[in-house]
Amino acid sequence: MESGSGEASAADDYESLISTTDAELLKRAWRNEKAAPEILKFELNLVQRSRQQIQLMEEMVDDFNKNGVDPLTVSLYQMDLDRTMFLLRSYLRTRLQKIEKYVFHINKTSELWNRLSKQEQKFANRCDGDLKHHLEQSVLSKLPDQYQSHVRQSAASEDDDMVPEPQLDTYVVCRSKRHLGAFQLDDGGEEPVNIEADDLYALPYKSIKPLVESGQIDLV
Amino acid sequence: MAATSEPHGSAFSAAELEFLAEDETIEIVPNLRMDPLNFISGDFGPFRPQIATQVPLWLAVALKKRGKCTIRAPDWMSVDAFPIENLTQVLEAERDSEKFQPLPFHYVEISRLLFDHAREDIPDIYMVRSLIEDIKDVRFHKIGTGLEIISKERTYALRLKNLSAMEANIVRPFVTKALETFYKLSSSEMIQESDHISNRQPQAANRGPRRQLKDR
Repeated sequence: MESGSGEASAADDYESLISTTDAELLKRAWRNEKAAPEILKFELNLVQRSRQQIQLMEEMVDDFNKNGVDPLTVSLYQMDLDRTMFLLRSYLRTRLQKIEKYVFHINKTSELWNRLSKQEQKFANRCDGDLKHHLEQSVLSKLPDQYQSHVRQSAASEDDDMVPEPQLDTYVVCRSKRHLGAFQLDDGGEEPVNIEADDLYALPYKSIKPLVESGQIDLV
Repeated sequence: MAATSEPHGSAFSAAELEFLAEDETIEIVPNLRMDPLNFISGDFGPFRPQIATQVPLWLAVALKKRGKCTIRAPDWMSVDAFPIENLTQVLEAERDSEKFQPLPFHYVEISRLLFDHAREDIPDIYMVRSLIEDIKDVRFHKIGTGLEIISKERTYALRLKNLSAMEANIVRPFVTKALETFYKLSSSEMIQESDHISNRQPQAANRGPRRQLKDR
């Protein structure tokens, strides 16, 4: 399943690559990440490309300044650069916020763990350690033995019931660029929702998750 | 851009929505000569005096602030231009119908930016401004009354036809929480029901027939 969805998104990536600019793709990734309750797959290639473009543009602006290019032109290039950097920063920061919030859950769920970049994994490990250390130092060590776990309420708990998890049945507002036709919400039984192009819908995240992952639907 | 939103209250802050709206293209008439700009976000220009060209709104505003262009108000911002849909008609239709009229997704942000930075470029600015205010008010009122429907009938999916970015963002916290609550209540109701009914049905089938797709 994992590799299957990977291929699909790669093909989709290619398709959108010829029709859309990276700035547009980055904007989409940012919007989706901000609106989705859980952490999404890290857009490795897109982030790398955006970084390269930013670097290139920074060098260009430096050259402009040295060569005495018209200051108005330079300031406009700088504005474009600032906008792209804002998107990239905000995208990465939104992910870090999610990692901080759900660090214990992400660390024990390999599917989620694999969605992080190498740097994010490093961050998650440190965050996990620090948070655990802090909880133990400040509270848990002072409690009776059976209440000392940072993931369980007590030794009697059957599973990790103190680990915050993202609410996947939360509703999100989404929009598709294409007509998707009748879409089955979940579990079957219910009448399908007819998803038209460019209309907004409030739907449970859980049921449209595959469409978000394959890039067929955008969160707004 | 300092104000970034908390994830999951309302997903985007007003400043972030404005940021998105600034990427919408608009026509300007430059009064300077400038080579094409090859931005990360795309290529724009070349700029020649009196030759109209399409640029993103942020670029238009930046040039406007420096007195380097005039901005052409978008077609939908006209008071009564034939034959295009204009604001007077939109307002009437908005009042007469329960449905929302099609307007640009970022109409609130775009009009706000233009009123702030390019007021002398918009014909009949006072009229346009008050019409857009009125349209906004009527629509917000409709959103409010429309939301009552969620509570009257079981709703598992909501179609927000022609709702704009700002409007969707404002109702987001309420709508998503309300739908979620109904979803949860209906599932716990079912658990109780199924406790009493010996011949228990699968949850989804039980919930199925009552789901309404509201065309709002």
